[in-house]
Formats: sequence, structure tokens, C-alpha cells
Amino acid sequence: MQMNSAVARPTEAILQTNKLIKNTYMLLSMTLIFSGVTAFFSVALNVSHGIAFAASLVAIGLLWFALPRTQNSSAGIPVIFAITGLLGFGLGPMLSYYLSVNPSIVMVAMGGTGAIFLGLSGYALSTRKDFSFMGGFIFVGMLVAIGAMVANIFLGIPALALAVSAAVIMIMSGFILFQTSAMIHGGETNYISATAGLFISILNIFTSLLHILGAFGGDD
Amino acid sequence: MDWLQIASAVFLVAMFFMILPSAKRMVKESPKGTSSDWMGFVLPMAVVILFIILLIALV
Repeated sequence: MQMNSAVARPTEAILQTNKLIKNTYMLLSMTLIFSGVTAFFSVALNVSHGIAFAASLVAIGLLWFALPRTQNSSAGIPVIFAITGLLGFGLGPMLSYYLSVNPSIVMVAMGGTGAIFLGLSGYALSTRKDFSFMGGFIFVGMLVAIGAMVANIFLGIPALALAVSAAVIMIMSGFILFQTSAMIHGGETNYISATAGLFISILNIFTSLLHILGAFGGDD
Repeated sequence: MDWLQIASAVFLVAMFFMILPSAKRMVKESPKGTSSDWMGFVLPMAVVILFIILLIALV
């Protein structure tokens, strides 16, 4: 009996991990498609910067205050779709700008973001390395990046903006490794919050990559 | 400076203070990584940097 339970427990744990990863990637795919649709409507409607900013604010408000209260129930599903939909909608003016100057940049940034995400997730899943040691580094990095963003609103230095975009890509890439590893090693057990974390990482990588490609592509 | 920039700055400062407690907790509670752990992070980051340089060359 003891042998059976000793064997059954890891098997159950493995099955739970596989289910968590499957559910997370399924929900992530659906939310990415949904945010793509809302971003398309935002571009088509030519929404103003103010409306896009308000949509992003509401999304972050839901992420901070509504998602933690609902993520353990089915109510978390509409909340995560609302968050990702609003964040996609908030991208409208930025996408309109880059589509008007050089549409290929948007496509390259989209493909590049997908490749970075799949590569890093695949790396964390295949090597099964534990990246929990990176938690402090990632969060401190986020604080430094936010501080630099605030400073650059007042300073307006283009090189600093590019450096922040590059740093954000590195930090969010680290976060993808951290989050994927947490799903494998039991640090993350909720597929809705895992999806939210990965979605935010992908979104930040996409916008930062768009900024860098726009600048170096000579059209920014 | 328009109202959107001021609102963005206020929003980012709010985000800073929302993240601050989690950052403090993470710094305290995260296990320390060995040099081989960090190499496991540096390697994929180097690939990401090279990939971005390739993308820049493409556009």
C-alpha cells in the first residue's frame, strides 16, 4: 500500500502540473486572440490616446483589484478576458502609428514576440530548471524600469527610452522563465493568474520590441 | 507637458508603490541562485539579445 501511494503521489502531481500548463496555454492562446481582435477594433475605430489610456487604466485596475478576488473561481475567466481585451484595445493608437509609418515593423515585432515567448517557455519546460531564485532580481528590475520610465517622462531622452525598452524585454523574458518554472515546480497553481502574468510579459515584450524596431528601423 | 504625460507619470508612480511590497517580499524570500543557476538564465538571455539584433537587421 505504501509503495502504491508513494508512486501515486508524484504521478498525481505530474498530472496536475500538466493540467495546469495545458490550461494556462489554452487560456493564454484565447486571451491573445481576443486582445488581437480588440486591438484590431481599436485601430479600425481610430481611438484617441485618452480613450486607449483609460482602457489600459481600467485593465490594470481589474488586474490589481478584481483578479485576485476572482481567480480561484470561474468568475476569474470573464475578468481575465476583460483585462486582456482592454489592454489590447489600449494598444490601438500605438499600432495605428506604427502601421502608418512601417507596417512590417508590427508584423516583425509580433513574430519576434511569439518566437521569444515560445523559445523561453520551451527552454524552461524542457530543461525543468528552477528559476525561483530570480524573483527578487525580476521585481527589483521592474521597480528600476518604472523609475526610469517616470524620469524619462520629464527628461524626454530618446536613448533612455530605448534602454528602458531593452531592459523591459530582458526583465519580462526573465519573468517568462520564472513563471513557467513556477508552474512546473509548484510555485504557481492557478492557471488564471499564470495566464495573467504571461500575458502581461508578452504584451510588454511586444510593445518594447515595437519601440526598438521603430527606432532602429529609422521610422521613429 | 500635456495631461496624458502627467497621468502616465501618476499611474507609473502608483504602479511602483503597488509592486514595492511584492519586490521586498521576493528579495527576502527568494532562494539564492548558484553560478550555474545564473548561467542557465544568462544563456537564453544572450540568445534573446542576438535574436533582437537579427530582427533589427531585418527591418
